[in-house]
Amino acid sequence: MAGHAHHEESFISKYIFSQDHKMISKQFLMTAVVMGVIAVMLSVFFRLQLGWPGEGFAILETFLGKWAPGGVLDRNAYLALVTIHGTIMVFFVLTGGLSGTFSNLLIPLQIGARDMASGFLNMLSYWFFAVSSVIMIFSLFVEGGAASGGWTVYPPLSALPQAMPGSGMGMTLWLISMTLFVVSSLLGGLNYIVTVVNLRTKGMSMTRLPLTIWAFLVTAILGVLSFPVLVSAVVLLLMDRSMGTAFYLSDIFIGGEALDVTGGSPILYQHLFWFLGHPEVYIVLLPALGISSEVIATNSRKPIFGYKAMVGSILGIGFLSFIVWGHHMFVTGMNPFLGSVFVFTTLLIAIPSAVKAFNYITTLWQGNLRFTPAMLFSIGLVSTFVTGGLTGIILADSALDVNVHDTYFVVAHFHIVMGMSAIFGMLAGVYHWYPKMFGRMMNTKLGYAHFWITLVCGYGVFFPMHFVGMAGAPRRYYDYSAFEYLDFVMDLQPIISTFAIVGALGQLPFLFNFFYSIFRGQVATENPWKSNTLEWTTPVKHMHGNWPGALPEVHRWAYDYSNPDFEDDFVPQTVPVKAGESAH
Amino acid sequence: MKLITLLVVIAGVIALAQLAKVGQLTALIRNKKEEDISEADSRLNGSLFVVFMVLFYASFVWLLVRYGDYAPPSASAHGEAVDTLMSFNMYIITAVFFLVNTALFLFANKYRYEKGRKAKFFAHDNRLELVWTVIPSIVLAVIIIYGLRTWNDMTGAPAEDALRVEVYSKQFDWTARYPGADGEFGLANYNLITPTNPLGIVTADGVEEALEEIEVQIAKIESELSHERGRMLAEIEEIQAVLHHNHHAGHGHAEDHGHGDHGMSEERTALLEARLHELEHMLESDDVVILSEAAFEAKEDKLHRLKRHRQRIMEVKPFDFDGGLSAWEAGMDDKIMKGEFHLPVGREVEFVFRSRDVIHSAYMPHFRAQMNTVPGVPTRFKMTPTITTDSMRTILNNPDFDYILLCNKVCGAAHFNMQMKVVVESEEEYNAWLESQEEFLAEKPNMVNPDARAEVTTNDNEESATL
Repeated sequence: MAGHAHHEESFISKYIFSQDHKMISKQFLMTAVVMGVIAVMLSVFFRLQLGWPGEGFAILETFLGKWAPGGVLDRNAYLALVTIHGTIMVFFVLTGGLSGTFSNLLIPLQIGARDMASGFLNMLSYWFFAVSSVIMIFSLFVEGGAASGGWTVYPPLSALPQAMPGSGMGMTLWLISMTLFVVSSLLGGLNYIVTVVNLRTKGMSMTRLPLTIWAFLVTAILGVLSFPVLVSAVVLLLMDRSMGTAFYLSDIFIGGEALDVTGGSPILYQHLFWFLGHPEVYIVLLPALGISSEVIATNSRKPIFGYKAMVGSILGIGFLSFIVWGHHMFVTGMNPFLGSVFVFTTLLIAIPSAVKAFNYITTLWQGNLRFTPAMLFSIGLVSTFVTGGLTGIILADSALDVNVHDTYFVVAHFHIVMGMSAIFGMLAGVYHWYPKMFGRMMNTKLGYAHFWITLVCGYGVFFPMHFVGMAGAPRRYYDYSAFEYLDFVMDLQPIISTFAIVGALGQLPFLFNFFYSIFRGQVATENPWKSNTLEWTTPVKHMHGNWPGALPEVHRWAYDYSNPDFEDDFVPQTVPVKAGESAH
Repeated sequence: MKLITLLVVIAGVIALAQLAKVGQLTALIRNKKEEDISEADSRLNGSLFVVFMVLFYASFVWLLVRYGDYAPPSASAHGEAVDTLMSFNMYIITAVFFLVNTALFLFANKYRYEKGRKAKFFAHDNRLELVWTVIPSIVLAVIIIYGLRTWNDMTGAPAEDALRVEVYSKQFDWTARYPGADGEFGLANYNLITPTNPLGIVTADGVEEALEEIEVQIAKIESELSHERGRMLAEIEEIQAVLHHNHHAGHGHAEDHGHGDHGMSEERTALLEARLHELEHMLESDDVVILSEAAFEAKEDKLHRLKRHRQRIMEVKPFDFDGGLSAWEAGMDDKIMKGEFHLPVGREVEFVFRSRDVIHSAYMPHFRAQMNTVPGVPTRFKMTPTITTDSMRTILNNPDFDYILLCNKVCGAAHFNMQMKVVVESEEEYNAWLESQEEFLAEKPNMVNPDARAEVTTNDNEESATL
């Protein structure tokens, strides 16, 4: 295997159709960065309308043309922007981007494998992702605009082209793009599972796996079990749209005539969608939690507190995430007793989540905290995970959900707990493993600026939204001026929008740092963070097969930081157990 | 302008690059690497965590003071219970929010990096972990039990004497319907929707009218299809060719074409000639249209749809509700409201929600009430208004205040302005208002006997009963 390293490769097989997990990981990351920039821009565009409704902004006309005549966002375009912002962020940045980048990079490196179980499937996984990304972006430019029914695309709105312009060609492309995305996700997920189960190096028992790998493994299992259900939802919707079926349609009169088909149920779609949709929240969140576990332990110079409890809570969250989807549907007319069951299961998730939060904080306690940018983002993640998670308790309580369902309260909740936390985890991962990916270091000072702007602006955008929501402001409204009872919270809108714009600009130091450091950053050493895990035993310059000689052998868990039996404050997993040492 | 922006951006990037370079060079001189965090940086970030925490809490308090009184008092009975539950949960989560965030940020500052200090090796502690598994479990058990009790009270069966109001949604407005003197809503069927019968209420007249309307549409499309110029010309040509051919065939050329017959019958020729004549006449009429092939096919499709629609209307069959009231007659005295609807204070009302086109959500924030309206699946929500509109105006010191019903499920371009006024008033005022509203069929007393329709219907179709 090591002989591969000497094989000279063409540009295409090295950079484009690569089957090397490290290159594929970089491809995922680059795509996610591009998609993330687009999604953030879309959000700034609609935040302009929400902050200063009806006012003209030249920049909107520049970018959106006839969607913003005179610089005022068109109301159909507003819904399209909201929808595509959500879709890109949830699926392309935080699912494909996060799992794709770090599962690919870290699974083989941290378990001591030469590569993924199937390099070819891995390559296919990326290219399906790339094609689906292109189709999703392309859908912004078709007649009628992109899909506009919100990222959940509930039928009948999304099933009937006569219901809104965005339910035409844009919606068809959305569905095709999502189908390809799921194919990518399944190929990737199966590969991750097989690799973790089969290709661990000697000594790497499941109880010695770094928490990152545990998180990626459970994430992949969630994806493999839930994404097929999304495909069925999407395919049935495609059939309702173009083949005259009525899985989701019943008793509809629209566009001046009674719909020809009947007998389905729009609620069926919601069950199918949320059967993926809720595990999806954890597909987004778990990798971020895994990354932060690793980053916090390394930079606290302490073992992660309660390793077994952390693994247990990952498994618990993973299992529970499959039986809570109904909490998105309390007000669909679902049987109240069924609602009660979902209240119960949903609130149970708070227990493993609380364990994780407390364990993170105990890990910091009496540590020796090195504030690398990755560490700052991980600490930020713990804060957002707690702050956002707590409001989930309100939303999981069906009696309370009735009043705040689909209001800004929900927007605040999931942006903090899932959006900010997952993005923070992803950024922490980028800063932490950048030396492994690109062989160079990112600039620390710019990283600090990036973190503080992002933390302040992230909370500045989403925290006030709780109050807007509790006042009863529905989400996905183009303009709130028609409702007098909301006037008194609407002076928060320009504040929120200002934070959003500053926060978006605050990503520029990161983008600059990211691209500049690829070429000009300080050259990295083999183990810059003095970390225990196996990836830091590989050479800085990438090679096929990861290790030049034999695969490393593992003798201990990944968290022997500041072990009193050793002089150094870290003990790599490859160091044999000393006589008399109490080993993990 | 654009040029200036571009220049500024480029200058900014160059400046950043130079800055980074200077940083790197100085670091090189001091032999400092990116991964080494200086004490100054440690202090800075540690303090910033504390500063951030203080500012964060301060802005939270500011938000609480300014917007904490987020909504007017609840105007419904269950809403008060919801508000109490909300406060209870809010106190708990706010306390945990402060506790955990404070610990996090203070620890971050307190244990910041110091050279030479070794962190405490503290890998697990079963007692500690048990504590923070059990305590949240107990707190959550309380939250769950309290929450579910409120939920059960909210969602139980409505009272016997509850007022029933149907709320009907379509892009982009609301309609309310009251059952009238007989206390029963008339049957409704989406196939019967016409401009004069927007809810599709089934009455003999309604069925008649819907059928008439659809016949008119069918006739119009059939006329268009038969008067398409291109098709008519083609048919004329075809008939002329046949006639011409027949003419020759009569002169003994039939064998050449392999036909066994000797020309057409007189009868058929006459028919063709009549058709030819008719076509030539039609070509001169005002009804002639020119359609592209695609448009022609679209019209054909529409014709088929209309015919199936007609069939579905004919299949709507009369039946009696429990108690003998005819479902077709129950709708005649229903009252239909646009723009606003009224509720009596202190009396339970059970809403029945229906939707015409897509999913909407009936949200009445002042009553803490919300339910999706789903096409094909009626949904319900019950509540008891406790404060009249007038009293609420006094409480809020706002003479223009009105309760509203708004849409809270994205439903299209005008979603953000789909609302209806709700008026809560005393029982007497309500009765007087309801009395003054017109019945659905008030202006059409000549009722057709529904049995007449029964002969046409082919199968039992009680499922089409929406209520």
